[in-house]
Formats: sequence, C-alpha cells, structure tokens
Amino acid sequence: MAKSSKASDRQGAAATWLLVAPALAIVAGLLVAPVANTATMPLTSGRAVALYQRFFTGAFNQAVTLRTLEIAAVTTVVSLVLGFVAAYVVARAPQKARSILIVAAVFPLLTGTVVRSFAFMVILGRNGLANDFLQKVGLASAPLQMLYTEFAVIVGLVYLFTPLMIVSLVGVLENIDPDLSRAAASLGATPGAVFRQVILPLAVPGLIVGSVLVFTGSFTAFATPQLLGGEQQTVLATLLYQKAMVSFDWMGAATIATVMVVITLLVVVAMTMLARRLNPATG
Amino acid sequence: MNRTHPALIAGAAVVYLFLLGPLVVVVGSSFSTTTFLTFPPQGLSLRWYENALANGAFRASFVTSMQVAVGGTFLALLVGIPAAYAMARRRQALPGFLGLFFVLPILIPEIVTGFSLLRLAAVQVGIPVLPALILGHALLVLPYCVRVVGASLATFDFSAEEAAISLGCPPLKTFFTVVLPNIRSGIIAAFVLAFITSLNDVSISVFLTGPGISTLPIQILTYVEQFFDPTVAAVSVLLMVLTVAVMAIVERTLGLTSFTK
Repeated sequence: MAKSSKASDRQGAAATWLLVAPALAIVAGLLVAPVANTATMPLTSGRAVALYQRFFTGAFNQAVTLRTLEIAAVTTVVSLVLGFVAAYVVARAPQKARSILIVAAVFPLLTGTVVRSFAFMVILGRNGLANDFLQKVGLASAPLQMLYTEFAVIVGLVYLFTPLMIVSLVGVLENIDPDLSRAAASLGATPGAVFRQVILPLAVPGLIVGSVLVFTGSFTAFATPQLLGGEQQTVLATLLYQKAMVSFDWMGAATIATVMVVITLLVVVAMTMLARRLNPATG
Repeated sequence: MNRTHPALIAGAAVVYLFLLGPLVVVVGSSFSTTTFLTFPPQGLSLRWYENALANGAFRASFVTSMQVAVGGTFLALLVGIPAAYAMARRRQALPGFLGLFFVLPILIPEIVTGFSLLRLAAVQVGIPVLPALILGHALLVLPYCVRVVGASLATFDFSAEEAAISLGCPPLKTFFTVVLPNIRSGIIAAFVLAFITSLNDVSISVFLTGPGISTLPIQILTYVEQFFDPTVAAVSVLLMVLTVAVMAIVERTLGLTSFTK
C-alpha cells in the first residue's frame, strides 16, 4: 500500500513537472541560454580581460556608463518625490476619487513608451510648448535647445516611471492606519515629525519596490533616450543597440550587455537586502 | 490633522497635470493643419489621420503588431496557465525558486534579451522574423500571465476540484469545467495586460524586426527619426484609442472590479 502511494506520488510529481515544463522550456531556451551565451561571449573569446579593460578605461564608454547611472539615479529620486506626493494624496482621498485617480495614473502606463517619449519631442522641441512658455514669460529670448540634452531624457523617463511609483506607493500608504499619525500628533509631534517618524518608516517597503522598478527601468530604457537624447546623450542601452545593429560589433555589444545585467542584478539584490533590513515588519 | 494639507493637494494636482498633459498635447497636435508638430493645434483637420491610414508601412506594421501580440499572448497563456496551476496546486512538489525563475524575463534588461534573441534567431538557429517576434513576445509577457493567473488561482478553493474528481469526473474535464471558469477573470486580465505590453514593446522588437517586417512602435520610432509631422501624433492617438477600447470591452464584459480580484 505504502509502495503504491509512493508510486502515485512519483507519478503526481512527474505530472506536475509536465505542466510546468513548457513554460520552463520557454524561459530556459529563449532567455537563460541565449543570455548566458551572450554573457560568456566575451569570456570565451580569450581576450575577456582586454575587452572589459577597454570598456572601462575608454573615455567614451566611461562617460556613457556614468551618464546612464546618473540619469537613472536622478530619475529615481525625482519620481520618488513626485510619486510620493501624489500617492499620499490619492491614499487619503475618498473612495470614489481614489479609484478615478488610480485609473488616471495607470492610463499613461498603458500607452507605449514610444508614444509617451514622442509627446515630449513635441513639448520640448524648438517650436514646442515649453519654449513658447519660456519666451512668453520672458525667461528666454530665443528658443532653447532642450531636445537631445540629458534634461530631456530625464524628463521623459520621470514621465514614464512616475505612474509606476504612484502605483507602488498607494498600496503601502493606504495601509498606514491614520490613527497612528493622530496618536503621534496628540502626543505633541509636529506634522514634520509625524511624517519622518511615523509615515516614512512605514512606507519604506513601497519606496524600495518603487525605486527598484524605476532605477532598473530607467537604467535599461531604450526608446526614451533614443528619441529624446539622440546620439549626443548615448546611454548603455542605445550604445548596445548601435554596436549590435549599426557597427555590427557584437563582441562590444555583448560586453555592454554583461555590464548592464551585472549592474541591474546588483541593484536588485542590494535594494532587496536593504528592504529586508529596513522593513519594520521583519526588522 | 486628518485633513490633507492644501499644499500637498496642489502638489498632487501638478503631478497629475504632468502625467496627463503630454497625452493631451499628442491628441491636440494630431488635429493641426500645419505640416509641423505644434500645440495648441492651428486649425482643425483630419488630414494627418488620412495620411496615417493611407501609409502602407504603418498599416503593415499594425497588422504585424496584432499578429505578434495575439500570437505571443496566446502562446504565453497556453504555457503559463498550466504552470501557474501546477505552482498553486502542488507547491510542495516544486522547488521554491520556480517563482523567481518565471520573473527572469522582467529582471533581465529587455535590451539584453532582445540582443541575445537576435543572435539566437538570426545566427544560431535561423528562425524567420514573424515566428521569432512571436516567441520573443511570448517570453516577454509570460511573467504577467503566470503571476496574474496565479493570483487568481490563489483565491480558488481547490476542494471544489477535489469534489468533482471524487465524484468521478476525469481530471482534465474537471480542469476545464470547474477550475477554468473560476479563474476566467484572471485569464482575461492576464490577456489584456500581456496584449498591451506586447503591443507597446520596443526593446525586444527592435532587434527582431527585419527588412520589410516591423511592429507599429518600431515603425513609429523609424518614422519619427526621419519626419516630424503630425502623422505620428495621429498614429499615437489611434493606438491610444485601441488601448481604451480594449479596456472598455473588459470593463463592459467583466467590470474593472473583477479586474483587481
């Protein structure tokens, strides 16, 4: 009896694996194997050290890497601030207004990155809304060159990722019991102290999830820097594309790919560890 | 104290203006009679819509986008639903890292995935453009399918399935008549999310589109790099309308409330 149940267990386990197998095959065959293959391309070339050395010591590549990190960091901080303000108000809004505001925040997310970046080409262009406005209020006498600057890329990425930040934060902020802030205030805490000592610590999990999504998203973004930054503001993603599709330097592209994967994974792991340390529920 | 500070409300209003304003700019500039992009639009005309609809490249890329989004999403659901089911039903029989494994397509930078798939499809295996795009998009949307269907299964009471089986219903029939109808809203939500993600994808498609075959976002990208007239604004508006239509159909048939369940 015991034997047959063991056999049926094994049969059950086999059936379970059979159900997972096709999905596993897709991820393993189309992602893990090809990406591993890309990552090992520089390593098995026999000149891995030289390739990475050249990448990290080349002035142009250094500038691109630093620019990409800077753009991602600034985008994360700005969308964190904007997202927090919006999410805080949304979380405290009456039920009906809250659902409308959440839908309004999600709608841009459903519109593609190309369309949303294109919107800023219209706004930041020489005859665009921003230049019209600056000239009308007298802040500029001639149209400013705003497109193809780091500023344009950051604005575009903040626009792209603020909704993601709002969505990550609303859930966390909603769950903070308003009685806690009331209790702190009744004990004499100033609004600033309530914010710093009650709300902010409790919002940490959402802040970290949102920051990871925004940082990795803007660090690896392609369409926005391509459209709003052009060649003047090359970032790692657009450089990878250029190497792969324009100059057909696949070894160079693979080197950049490895750098991008390593930095992305490092950020995710570091932020997850930080989240575990700061999370009031586990710490 | 309970009331939100007016300055915060004003701040949130500015953020929302920033989020929705640019979409208004795109819609507005698509109606302009000028040959360059401007907002507020000068005059009112539909010529750029005519131009967009008459453009063969946009039309062809729209068809490709639809084929890829439908094909990729179906494929992802086809393999994703059984996987999500197995993970919900027999968690103990499967290793814990499996959940993380299915998030990998989101975790690995898309641009790296795209480049790696290019090498696989074009060089190592030699798959034609359209099937390569469908496979790439299936991979891209698989995490959403597994997670949304999985969330739906997490609230499903499997004792209903056991009851059916103990009453003599074959397992496969039980799955289709008992389990599947109960996770219907989750599957539809996964479909919509996956479909929209695929329809908007750039980073993977940009490597896999070949001569003569392009998806709509890639075609827009190419067009914008050459011309700067309101045609692209018109195409963008049509794409937005399509997104809204998909959402509206879901809302009508299911209600957005069942969407969040």
